[in-house]
Amino acid sequence: MADGASNEAFVEFERVQKSYDGESLVVKDLNLTMPKGEFLTMLGPSGSGKTTCLMMLAGFETATHGDIRLGGVSINDIPPHKRGIGMVFQNYALFPHMTIAENLAFPLEVRKMGKAEQEEKVKRALDMVEMGSFGGRRPAQLSGGQQQRVALARALVFEPELVLMDEPLGALDKQLREKMQFEITHLAHQLGITTVYVTHDQTEALTMSDRVAVFDDGRIQQLAPPDKLYEEPENSFVAQFIGENNTLEGVVKEIKGNTCVVQLDGGEVIDAVPVNVSEVGERTRVSIRPERVEYNRDRLHEDAHTLKAEVLEFIYMGDIFRTRLRVAGNDEFIIKTRNAPDQVRLTPGTEIEIGWLAEDCRALDA
Amino acid sequence: MRQKMRALMLVAPLLIFVVVTFIVPILSMLFRSVENDIVANTIPGTVVALSEWDGSTSEPPHEDVYRNLYIDLFKAEEAKQHTRLGTRLNYEKTGLSSLFRTTGRSLDDIGELWQDPLEDIDPNFEEGSFWYEMMSGSGGEGFLEQRRALMATMSGEDMSGEVGFVPSAEIVDLLPWTASAYTDFALWAAIRDGDTVAEEDPWESVYGALGMDLTSPETISAINSYGGPGASALQAAAANIDQLPSFGFREAFVEEDEDWGAHDVWATIKLYSPNMTPGYFLNAVDMTLTPDGVESKPDNQQIYTTLFTRTLVMALIITASCILLGYPVAWLLANLPMRTASILMILVLLPFWTSLLVRTSAWKVLLQQQGVINEILVWLGFVNDADRLILMNNATGTVIAMTHILLPFMILPLYSVMKTIPPSYQRAAKSLGATNWTAFWRVYFPQSVPGIGAGSILVFILAIGYYITPEIVGGTDGVFISNRIAYHISSSLNWGLAAALGTILLVVVLGLYWCYDKIVGIDNVKLGG
Ligand SMILES: Nc1ncnc2c1ncn2[C@@H]1O[C@H](COP(=O)(O)OP(=O)(O)OP(=O)(O)O)[C@@H](O)[C@H]1O
Ligand SMILES: [Mg+2]
Repeated sequence: MADGASNEAFVEFERVQKSYDGESLVVKDLNLTMPKGEFLTMLGPSGSGKTTCLMMLAGFETATHGDIRLGGVSINDIPPHKRGIGMVFQNYALFPHMTIAENLAFPLEVRKMGKAEQEEKVKRALDMVEMGSFGGRRPAQLSGGQQQRVALARALVFEPELVLMDEPLGALDKQLREKMQFEITHLAHQLGITTVYVTHDQTEALTMSDRVAVFDDGRIQQLAPPDKLYEEPENSFVAQFIGENNTLEGVVKEIKGNTCVVQLDGGEVIDAVPVNVSEVGERTRVSIRPERVEYNRDRLHEDAHTLKAEVLEFIYMGDIFRTRLRVAGNDEFIIKTRNAPDQVRLTPGTEIEIGWLAEDCRALDA
Repeated sequence: MRQKMRALMLVAPLLIFVVVTFIVPILSMLFRSVENDIVANTIPGTVVALSEWDGSTSEPPHEDVYRNLYIDLFKAEEAKQHTRLGTRLNYEKTGLSSLFRTTGRSLDDIGELWQDPLEDIDPNFEEGSFWYEMMSGSGGEGFLEQRRALMATMSGEDMSGEVGFVPSAEIVDLLPWTASAYTDFALWAAIRDGDTVAEEDPWESVYGALGMDLTSPETISAINSYGGPGASALQAAAANIDQLPSFGFREAFVEEDEDWGAHDVWATIKLYSPNMTPGYFLNAVDMTLTPDGVESKPDNQQIYTTLFTRTLVMALIITASCILLGYPVAWLLANLPMRTASILMILVLLPFWTSLLVRTSAWKVLLQQQGVINEILVWLGFVNDADRLILMNNATGTVIAMTHILLPFMILPLYSVMKTIPPSYQRAAKSLGATNWTAFWRVYFPQSVPGIGAGSILVFILAIGYYITPEIVGGTDGVFISNRIAYHISSSLNWGLAAALGTILLVVVLGLYWCYDKIVGIDNVKLGG
């Protein structure tokens, strides 16, 4: 969490539900609490309700049920223009008939700010996103990345406490995206703004956020800081959705404290951490991150569990090697190893033995 | 190259269609508005003779002009062209139409003033065959063709064919007036009437022409030494010229109608004898070309400038009403849910499915003093039964009915532009703190301006040339310039003036379009995405 963030709830969703057509719920029972200054990302597949949540917060959609509070005050009945929430739209929504400076001055003008002060603030906001010399241009005369910065500057120029961004980098190329990711987080933290950020892109979510809310099917599947999300996914949707992941299916044989024994469908028996399995005999999916799998005997921990594997494919990727194996009947088992001087390059067709620590192996819902 | 050819072939049908149905009529209209060859075509000899006349003095035209007028008018009367000329000249000076018509009827009488004494002097002059024999000969083929061409231009008809008569070169030399008149007669008798020239009695104008020839002393002496056919009859006539009228054709014409002696009649004819004239255009702006220069018409005859101004002002009012009424509807169309919007769209398009005439007539029913609107207002007590509103046969009626009829042309472009304005702009504006009204006025409205521009151009241009609706509900105060154009095309048959009015309208529209481009910019007009 960022410096200066207090733990007092600033944005709160309480049992929020949303239905557009009165029949199916697009958002089901959303509960979320954000402290001031937090950078929270909503991540999820298309149609999972992210934009809907953002729109409810901004006031363009009303919640069918539940309560949304901002700074402790319910905002259900406050019209959008009085909420004081900055917003960056996916298509930037820069007003095409105004110059950049006019676009930025717009929120100040409607707040009846003095001309001199307006100019001062517009200039400062443009400088902040390094667009100082573009004030006189029209949005159509800017590149995508430049428009993006202007949109950001416009959302920040009236100093809102909360800023919402709906896939603001969706239209940019990879390099520019990465640069802008850095700039946005930097600015948000520097100005101490609370940010709700929506994205499809998990790398973006992981690198930028204090916390990530993984959405699926109108629910938050897991809300956690990036490292925890990656290393300790709470269900197989999150494990699959975040990063690369190997799954092995099987049945829980035994649960003892914080380990359990799983018999894989191929007959092998392994140890795992029980995450959301509760009883013996339950079907489970065991999840192991590719980079936590080791085949170099010298590096294998002595407690590590080992399995036989057949090498199917070796892919050289520069900094890492990516090897596809057949493990316990699964042909898509991936391992990733760092390209170190002593690293062995595996040849397809050979039989090897792989192993991992039981704590890296999580037994999730089937 | 082949691809270009193929592309050209593909657009060729449309191109030909456009050229034939659009460009050619416009060019012909432009031409017709200045064209004026009717005077020179109908009375060619007179026009030539008149060019010698100095109209600035009070001196009446020379006898020669009257002689030519007689010869020209006689054949024009045969071809029934003299009334057309009269109608044309009447646009410039009232009274000329009846002058030409009445004179046309008495041309025979004028000829008989010479025919009777000539037949008394020598009975041979009564015989068609004698005349034929006297006038025929050889060497006059060129002269025949010359007269044939003049006749064809004057009557606008095909005069080709066998005449069965060739003037004798000797006679053409000896009796130039008579040869002209007789050759005209021969052409007309043979080709138009299909008769044998030798068996027909000549026109009265031939006798008049012989009278003209006999006034010249050189001709008299030439006749006395002439030995060809009909020599004795001619010499008898030459010997007895004292029996012929002692006056000339000027007196004969003035006797029939004193206007032929009027200076301004001749000045008008002279003024309008060139092949091109600014007269129609001057007329179309309430001016007239007089022998003393360009003058404004008297106040009670000034109609066109008023009509043009009224047309422009009313087209602007109609356009403005269409914007006011159409904008909210277009906004609803663009922002309602799909299903409701399509129902509304059908309502907007519904008027297109009924005939324009039916819609306009329906307005008549609604707007009459005993009509639906007045009845309801009276029933509701807003209006006294005694002073019902006059909503029809005036400008109000035209504005109401035309606004309704042209409304779809405003709504559709507006709608298609509004449809392309993403809702995120307004949302962005609101998130930035703008109230609904500010978001609309500062963000939505400016982006819909191209739609207003496109709709306005469409409605304005349609309105400015509208005809049926003002004709039906406009009365006298609510008619447009196009109604006047239609009147000149189908009732008064003054096509030149109609063309001039049409050309001015075209120029005004193009000029406004140009101004619009300068002020708003034509790039700012969008008909859709
Ligand atoms: N205005 C609307 N009317 C009806 N249904 C809607 C509306 N907006 C969104 N939906 C539906 O709500 C669901 C969630 O949409 P939402 O836009 O919140 O998804 P999202 O997570 O933002 O997806 P994406 O990542 O593709 O932007 C979708 O199934 C969508 O079809
Ligand atoms: Mg979305």
